[in-house]
Amino acid sequence: MSDQATARTVPQMITGRFQYDDAHTIERYEATEGYAALRKALQMHPEDVHAEIKEASLLGRGGAGFPAGVKWGFCPPGVWPRYFVVNGDESEPGTYKDRLLMERDPHQLIEGVLIGAYATGCAQAFLYVRGEMALAQERIAAALNEAYAAGLVGKDILGSSFSCDIVLHWGAGAYIVGEETALIESLEGNRGMPRLKPPYFPAAKGLYMQPTIVNNVETMANVPWIIRNGAEAYTAYGAESSRGTRMFAVSGHVKKPGVHEVEFGTTTFRDLIYGHCGGIRGNHTLKAFIPGGASAPWFYEEHLDLPLEAGAVGAAGSMLGSGAIVVMDETTDAVKAAWRVVRFFARESCGKCTPCREGTSWLEKVLRRMLDGQGRPEDIALLLDLCDNISPSIAWPPKQTTICPLGPSAVSPIASAIMRFKPEFQAYCGGGDVPTSVTINGKAYLPPEGAPAGV
Amino acid sequence: MPRFTAENTILAKEIIGRYPHPKSALIPLLHLAQEQDGHLAEDAMVHIAELIDHTPAEVIGTASFYEMFKREPVGDYLVNVCTNIACMLMGGEELLHHLEDRLDIRPGSTTADGMFTLEDVECIAACTEAPCLTVNYRYFHKISTDEADQLLEDLRAGRRAHEIPKHGTLARVRQSIPADRRAGAAVPGECGQPVWMTPKDDPEDAPA
Repeated sequence: MSDQATARTVPQMITGRFQYDDAHTIERYEATEGYAALRKALQMHPEDVHAEIKEASLLGRGGAGFPAGVKWGFCPPGVWPRYFVVNGDESEPGTYKDRLLMERDPHQLIEGVLIGAYATGCAQAFLYVRGEMALAQERIAAALNEAYAAGLVGKDILGSSFSCDIVLHWGAGAYIVGEETALIESLEGNRGMPRLKPPYFPAAKGLYMQPTIVNNVETMANVPWIIRNGAEAYTAYGAESSRGTRMFAVSGHVKKPGVHEVEFGTTTFRDLIYGHCGGIRGNHTLKAFIPGGASAPWFYEEHLDLPLEAGAVGAAGSMLGSGAIVVMDETTDAVKAAWRVVRFFARESCGKCTPCREGTSWLEKVLRRMLDGQGRPEDIALLLDLCDNISPSIAWPPKQTTICPLGPSAVSPIASAIMRFKPEFQAYCGGGDVPTSVTINGKAYLPPEGAPAGV
Repeated sequence: MPRFTAENTILAKEIIGRYPHPKSALIPLLHLAQEQDGHLAEDAMVHIAELIDHTPAEVIGTASFYEMFKREPVGDYLVNVCTNIACMLMGGEELLHHLEDRLDIRPGSTTADGMFTLEDVECIAACTEAPCLTVNYRYFHKISTDEADQLLEDLRAGRRAHEIPKHGTLARVRQSIPADRRAGAAVPGECGQPVWMTPKDDPEDAPA
């Protein structure tokens, strides 16, 4: 197995301007093809702009991976006004890309939003930026002020009949607001609690129960490139199911942690971890890695050659999620890592649904007790029972007992860690008298096939 | 326990005007109140309730959901250390414990001199730059314990005041929409089909 990156070089479609220190200014942006896509789009019929995005098969980059062009088509006809909302509440552990896009190239995002609003007939757009990101807020505010002064945002944009205000809005610290219906609640001035589904898509009923398109920052950053170069040029890159490029953040125990924009769907985990990021630090070996943010079940050595493609990763029992890869070497305590992930969900549960509110905090307490040397022989069975109560059968993809996926998200990574590293969990449970298999609702939980002997 | 100053009241009204419904301005106004007073003063929340025509209970109901809103005074500098998974792997907990020792406080507490509040926070989106912390939401990447000590010293001596405003101020650049460029809030019930959305088969577009 080669440690070399095998993926071909592709254009830096959305991070290309990162090479300039002044990429956030309108001068640099306009000098590097900035707002050319908007000018081009305004010469096209909105339906044709929408068709171009659909043709490009631009997948949402927030986590769910839903095609943006299809989502845009869900607005019911004849219901006005429509709103365009950008989700910049990046906070899934391990995820670091939207903040970079907002801080380094805010005009690219603004241009993408304008094109999206034009194509879908949205009369107003809101940029919801995470509260903790002060620099992103400053850069976007400055960029919007420049764009308004240049006639690029607001009334009669570039002398056309297209008018749309973009309002910069920011949150105040709550992971759950990244869930799109919670984000809409927050934008309405409420506690950020997810809404009951259906309707499944805010495109039908969203902000003020009006049609609302919610897209991630990275998704919208792709839009200017697509309009400038055409859907055909875009689909020349990436796998059939995953066109274009995508940003991945590789953190943890690698030699060179970093954020890389690579070809989507063809690049493998090995290319990223061993190629771009130089492999595991020091003389250490890979123990596990999180392939798509804290919500994703963990992956191991045998998954390294999987492509960064939602279908392949899903079939292997995890998810590509938000492009967040966290690498753990053999020095990592699996129980402690599992505890830290659970603690995050316990702290961030909005408290609306009982299985999540109670379940995540009990998972956290049991794991904490184990780490504190107070583990009991029955604790592994107890943990799995708790998991089963939050997400029945601990299936993948998770089953939900809750309004949103936050609670079930805490379950899969923990269950996967317990199965893979059972001896480590047993060691925290007083050893000896620990069951080698656990039966819940008639289903036996055993180590996954192919797990190393003794696990 | 102050209400908004005259200047901030004007700004608050301008912010409310950007939204189709006044309550949408609630979180921005809470940030404005926190910027004015360093934390959320009770009278400021009452004032916000008046401005958006909701009850003070609704204002507190929203404010209490979000961890950036401090309903009690905090230090001039809020030091948030990330201990989530990527930072934990790279020494985030050690960094937090070091700062607990240096400041002689536990996370969630403020030093006796009112200078620092320490917090143990969740992922702040700087995972490849771990371990990291923020001071009043300004990032410090890959920070060693020695560098953290130097940072505390610089903050105490006021050497970072130009780049790190006191707690409460987030963005130092504010969006301002010029009146002549403003498209206006899209209020439900007042907006029809946008003019640029004429159907594609509109006779005007058809060849003569």
